[in-house]
Amino acid sequence: MEFATFLIQCLNALQYGLLLFLVASGLTLIFGIMGVINLAHGSFYMIGAYMAYALAPAVSTIFGGEFFSTLAVGLVLSVILGYVLEWAFFSYLYEREHLQQVLMTYGLILVFEELRSILVGDDVHGVTVPEWLNGALMLNEVMTYPVYRLFMSGVCLLLAAGMWFVFTRTRLGMMIRAGTSNREMVQSLGIDITLLYRIVFAMGVALAVFAGMIAAPVSSVYPGMGNSVLIICFVVVVIGGIGSIKGALLAALLIGLVDTFGKVLLPQAAGVLVYVLMALILLWRPNGLFKD
Amino acid sequence: MRHPTTFALVFFGLLALLPFVAGSYAVDLVAKIMIYALLALSLELLVGSTGLVCFGQAAFFGIGAYAAVLLSPTDGSTPSLWLSLLSAIVLAAVYALAVGALSLRTQGVYFIMVTLAFSQMAYYVVHDTPLGGGTDGIYLYVKPAWGWLDLDKSEHMYGFIWLSLLVGFLFLSQMLRAPFGRALSGIRVNEQRMKATGFSVYPYKLAAFTLSGAMSGWAGYLFAIKDGFVNPELLSWHLSGSVLVMIILGGLGHMRGALLGAFAFALLQELFRAEAVFGSYAKHWHLSLGLAIIACVAFMPHGLVALPAQLRERLSGRGNRKASVKTSEEQA
Repeated sequence: MEFATFLIQCLNALQYGLLLFLVASGLTLIFGIMGVINLAHGSFYMIGAYMAYALAPAVSTIFGGEFFSTLAVGLVLSVILGYVLEWAFFSYLYEREHLQQVLMTYGLILVFEELRSILVGDDVHGVTVPEWLNGALMLNEVMTYPVYRLFMSGVCLLLAAGMWFVFTRTRLGMMIRAGTSNREMVQSLGIDITLLYRIVFAMGVALAVFAGMIAAPVSSVYPGMGNSVLIICFVVVVIGGIGSIKGALLAALLIGLVDTFGKVLLPQAAGVLVYVLMALILLWRPNGLFKD
Repeated sequence: MRHPTTFALVFFGLLALLPFVAGSYAVDLVAKIMIYALLALSLELLVGSTGLVCFGQAAFFGIGAYAAVLLSPTDGSTPSLWLSLLSAIVLAAVYALAVGALSLRTQGVYFIMVTLAFSQMAYYVVHDTPLGGGTDGIYLYVKPAWGWLDLDKSEHMYGFIWLSLLVGFLFLSQMLRAPFGRALSGIRVNEQRMKATGFSVYPYKLAAFTLSGAMSGWAGYLFAIKDGFVNPELLSWHLSGSVLVMIILGGLGHMRGALLGAFAFALLQELFRAEAVFGSYAKHWHLSLGLAIIACVAFMPHGLVALPAQLRERLSGRGNRKASVKTSEEQA
C-alpha cells in the first residue's frame, strides 16, 4: 500500500471513528446513567441528517447563511426534542424492566421512520457544504483528500475535548459521573435526578443529531441510515464498557480502524470483522475495556 | 383464560379448524405466523424462562432454513422429510452450542451483544460467500415428502406446521415443569442463590441455549420448505428484534405469551397494512404499528397474557367505585 493511500485510509478511519463516537457517547451516557436501552438512538442520527437537508431552505431564508445556521438551528431543535421526549416517554420507563424499554424504543423507531417518510419522503438526498469546505487537498500528484472530511474530524475532536472538559472539570460532569456509578447515592445527596436525567438525555440526543447533520454531506441522506448506525454504536458501547466515555472513544476509533482497513485489505470479510472484534474483546474482558 | 391448559386447548383447536372455514390467503398467513410462533417459543425459553436475553435468534432460524435448502439432493429427487428436518435441527443446535459455550461467559447487556455478534457473523457468511447464494438467496425446488404427506399441498403444509407448533409447545411446557425447567427458573430468579444451592448453572444455561437454537432451526426449516425460498434476511438482526418484540408484547414468563405475542404482532401488521381498513393511510402502517406498540408498553406493562387479569381488576375497581357513588347518592 502506498503511503498516500495509507494516509487517506487512516484519515477516513479517524473520521468514521470520531463520528461513531459522537453517536455512541450519547448512547453510553443514557445507558450508563439512566439505565435505558435506547434503540431509538439511531433514529436521532437519521433525524439529524434529514434536518440538515430539510431545514436548510427555510433556515437560509429566515436567518441567512446555509450550512452553519442550519447546524445551529438543528442543534437547538434537537435539545428541545430530547427534553420533550424524556419528559413524555422515557421518564415513565425508569421503573420498568429493560425489556419494556426495548419494546417502547422499538415502537419509537417505527414512528420516527414513518414520520420522516410522511414529512420528507423516501428519496435519497444530498446536502451541499459551503464553498470554502468543498475543495480537496492534494496529497501527491494524483491523490486528493476532501477538506470537508478533515473539517468533520476537527469538529468531532473539538466536541470530544469539550465533553472531556465538561465531564472532568465541571460540576455537571461530576454529577453525571456520580450518577453512572451510584444512582441512589446521588439522589440521597440532594441532587435533582429528574433534571439531571433530562439534561443527559437532551445532550445525548443533541450529540446524535449533530453527528447526523455533519455526516449528511458525506454519507448523503437516506432512509434506514439510523438503523445501520444503531447496531454499530451498540458495538462501540459494549466494547468500551457501558457508561464509559473514554471507552466509547477508544472503541469507536478501534472500530473505525478495523472497518476502514478491513474494507481495503479484506473486502470479502469486511462486514464481519467488527463483530469478530467485539466477540473477541468481550470474551477476553466480559465487561468491556473500561468498566471497572 | 386463567388456566393455561384451557388456553392451549382453545388456541390449538381454533388453529386446527381454520383451514375448514377460511380462504387460502388466511391459511397461508396463519401458517406463516405459526412458524414465527415456534421461533418465539424458542426465544421465550431463553428470555422468559431462563432470563437470558438473546439477540441472535435469527441466526439459528436462518441456519435451519439454509440447511433445508442446501442439504436437499441436487439431482432433483425428493428429500426425505425426517432426515432433512433432523439435520437442520442438529446443525442449528451445534451452532447454538458453540455460540452458547462462548457467549454465556458474559452477562446482561454484554450477553445480548455477543449473541448479536455471532448472529451477524452467520449473516455475513451467508451474505458474502458463494455458499449461501449471496443477497439473492436460493430456491428449494423439490419439497421433502414422507409417505402420504405431500408438503406441496398447502393443507398438508399447514397441518405439519400446526403439529410442529403443538409438539414444541407441549414439549416446552412439560420440560419447564420438570426439574430441569425448575432449575432454569431458579437461574432466572437468582443465579447466585442457585450456585449457593449447589447447582452448576453453566451447563443448565448451555443446555437451554442449545435447545432453543435447535427449536429455532426447526422453525427455520419449516419456513424454508413452506416458501421454497431462503435469503440472508432470515438471519438479519431485524428478525431477532421482531421476535424479541413478539415475546415482550405477549408477556414474558409464559409459554402462551410467546404464542399470543407472535399472533398479535403479525396480525397488527396485517391490520395496519390493510387498505380496506385504513385506505391510503395504509402505506404508513409502520406509524400505526409503532404507536400501537408504544400504547402496549404504556397500558400493558405485563404483556397480553396479563390483560384479562388487568381488565378484571380495572372493572372490579370501577364497579366498586360506582357502587360507592350510588350508595352515597342514595344516602343523600
